[in-house]
This record gives sequence, C-alpha cells and structure tokens, in this order.
Amino acid sequence: MSNPPDRKYAATHEWVRSEADGTVTLGITHTAQEMLGDIVFVGDAKVGATLAAGETAAVVESVKAASDIYAPVAAEVIAFNAELEAEPQRLNEKPFDTWILRLRPANPADLAGLLDAAGYEAAVGAA
Amino acid sequence: MPRHTPLFDAHVALGARMVDFGGWEMPLHYGSQIDEHHQVRRHAGLFDVSHMLSLDLTGPRVTDFLRHLLANDVARLNRDGTALYTCMLNERGGVVDDLIVYRLDNLRYRLVVNAATAAGDENWIRSRNAAGTFDLEIAARRDLAMIAVQGPRAREVLTTIRPYTVNTVNGLGRFEVVELPWALVARTGYTGEDGFELTVPAGAATGLWNDLLQAGAKPCGLGARDTLRLEAGMNLYGTDMDDTVSPFECGLRWTVDLSPGRDFVGRMALEQAHPAAGQVGLRLLDKGVLRSHMRVRTASGEGTVTSGTFSPTLGFSIALARVPLEGSHPPMPGTSVEVEVRDKWLSAVIVKPPFVRNGKSLLVPPPACG
Repeated sequence: MSNPPDRKYAATHEWVRSEADGTVTLGITHTAQEMLGDIVFVGDAKVGATLAAGETAAVVESVKAASDIYAPVAAEVIAFNAELEAEPQRLNEKPFDTWILRLRPANPADLAGLLDAAGYEAAVGAA
Repeated sequence: MPRHTPLFDAHVALGARMVDFGGWEMPLHYGSQIDEHHQVRRHAGLFDVSHMLSLDLTGPRVTDFLRHLLANDVARLNRDGTALYTCMLNERGGVVDDLIVYRLDNLRYRLVVNAATAAGDENWIRSRNAAGTFDLEIAARRDLAMIAVQGPRAREVLTTIRPYTVNTVNGLGRFEVVELPWALVARTGYTGEDGFELTVPAGAATGLWNDLLQAGAKPCGLGARDTLRLEAGMNLYGTDMDDTVSPFECGLRWTVDLSPGRDFVGRMALEQAHPAAGQVGLRLLDKGVLRSHMRVRTASGEGTVTSGTFSPTLGFSIALARVPLEGSHPPMPGTSVEVEVRDKWLSAVIVKPPFVRNGKSLLVPPPACG
C-alpha cells in the first residue's frame, strides 16, 4: 500500500495530516500496522496534555506487543478517536483513513520538518 | 544462521511472516494471527512444530531410567501407545524442560522436547546415563518433521486425507499414540482443542502439509499458538517457568508424582522446599493488555505476570502470573488484584486456568466493575 502524498510522516511510523481548522490528525502507517499485527487496544491518549516532540501521546497494542505513539511535533492533544475503543482493528483495515489523535501544533511551521511520503519510504525502507 | 524446518519453503510460499524462535526461523502468522486463532477454535488449524525435537530412548532398562529422569512417573503408562506430560527437573527441583513422553513399547519411548532447550536436554539426558548403568540408546531424531492439526474439525481433516485410518483415528483416546506406516499419530496438542500431532520423515512433510491444507485446514503460526495455549492455561517454557522455578511455583504440581518408593532427579529438593509463590490465572477488568514481567499487587505481596495476552476468544486480556502464597495456597479465584500496566495500576481478578477449552469460555461471569 502506498503512503498518501497529502500528509507528513515521522520515522516512528506516524502520519499527520493538516486539517482545515489548523489542527492536525495523527494516525499510523500501513507499514506500522503490518509490523504490529492484529491491533486489539488503542488508548492511554494524553488528551489535554501539551507534549514536546517525541513524547508519548497514546499507545497501540497488538496481540503481540505494545507500541507507543509519539507526538511528531510539539503539540497539545485535543481529541482521541473514541471509535477505536470498540474497533481497534480499523487501524489494520484502513490505517490511512483512521485517525487516532487530533493535535494542535505549538508551531505549525514545525510540520515542514517532518518527512514526506518519499522521505518516509526511504527512512523505513518500505514502499 | 537460523535453522529451517523441512516446511520452510511451504511457509514462505504461503506468505508467512517469519520470525526467530529459539534459533529457528518460524512462521509468526500467515496474515492475521486472530483469524488463525479462531480457525483453530472453530474449524481446524495446522502448525509446523518440527522445531521441537523427538528423542528416542531404547533399551532393556529404559523404563527405570525414565522413572529416575522425569518428575511424573512413566510407570503410569501401563500399555503401549500412551503418553504423559511431565517436567524434567534438576537437582534443585528447577524445571530443565517440560515435555511429552510417549511409550511406543516397553523398551522404546519417545520424548518430545522444546526447540530452544533441545540441545541442552539431550546433553542433560546423556549425562544422567554417563555411567552407562542404564544401557540406553539415545537418538535425536532431526530426520523427522512434526505437524499439529488442531481444532473441532481436526479429526475430519485427518480422516479425509487418509480415509483408511478412520477406525484407528476414531479409536485413539486423548494422550494416546499409534505408529502407522506413514506417520506416528498422537492425540495431543497445545491449543485446548481436540487434535493430533503427526510425526513423519522430513521428506514426507511437505506432501502431508499440502494434503492437510487441501482438506480444509488453515495454516497457523506461532502467534496463534501462543494465544491458544495461554487460553488453554498451558505453560510456555522459558516464560512461565525455567530451571530456577519448581513445578510447585508454576502450576505444575499435578504433573509431579511423589508416591513413595521412586527416586527421581529433583525429588529431594521438592520435598524439602517451602515454595513462597504459586501460579494463578488473571482476568483484566480494565482495558489494556497484560504482558509478561508486569507487576501484580496482591494482599500478600507482589508477584509477576509470566505470560499475558489479549484473548481472541474472550475479547479481553488474560494472563498467567506467579504471586505470593497466602498461607499454603495462592489467592483464591475471585480475589481482586492490581497489575501495573504502563505506569498505571489496573484492576484484575484471579481466575482458575484454563480460560477456554473446546471453543468455550470456562470463566464464570465477572464481578460487576465500575
């Protein structure tokens, strides 16, 4: 599955997409869900917290392992996609159409420092 | 270099995600671990378990030797074609390995041991006979492959591919084994479902595997094998116990035969031991997933999760844990405990394993939780 060009990526396998209201939505890539396997829990979302880039914002757990979701840029966590409480497997089925968190970046210009689709693919060696 | 079973190419051809397991490159899953889990609970699944080692022990005093070597008593195998689950202990009473011993006839037994411990087991067994007093022949059968077919439809799959075995297969009780010209067929497994483990010459493995697939069994990887065995309340060596843990501390007291008059390796240590901890099952009441090494807080002290997972059959997380005894027993089923999951203490309740057998939950409805 190709990585959509309409968003930015972190080498830690998150994607972020800028929304019309100035916030960004965050999810995980196809490569990430494939590495995790069947996802059974998404939670511990730090809604309300102001995080530095690289801080843990939520956790995704598969049958096999737990994996942290990191804030790719300094941001306030403003929402968690509560649908994932009942249907965590959506992250396996439609990773690029399923957001996990909505963030308000402290400095929107920071987003420019993230990877584009080609840069992400080069960074993780995946298509 | 990782080791490969005779079915390695078959796994790759099926698109398996391969992982290292005890030095062997084995399939983790072939797409979805959860689908494979359900396949075994509802239909029939296939596992390549050729990484496990068959050790054949032959000789006039082989029964005496095994009664000395193993913590369970092979004298219970009072006829050919029967099998027993047992621990092999060291002198301190720690578990060197857990294994199934098959009595093929009264001069010939087969031990099927774990992959990661296989070389150590073979050395251990040979060292127990170093003086040669038992006049044994010990053969490590790396010329064999083993395929497990497990699930409510396992019998149907097996008799479909080998119709002439139908009477034999139907006559096979649990923990019984029969040597047929094409395979050793044992009614054993590691899933909590009915099923069979088939041992064949390495060269026959791919043909048998393909026949079983064609008959409707689906390939399943180590991921599903782990969630199935945990739901079935079965220990995993190296995780739930090792050579520093006695069978009394990991829920395997039932496999130790302390009837008078038999001196087996580790017996003296077990009889003198005062275990401080025992094994319990846990059900997580909060959301999240229990994992090994998590801390467990009980009224009598702190314990540890030894195996934890999300249970695909039950839809919540379960675990095996080693916790301090309250008097002479671990806390009773129904007791509330807390488990530290990612810096938070979550609510769990002690339950009695197994959690699932033959496709059905064995848990009583949980206490109401707020």
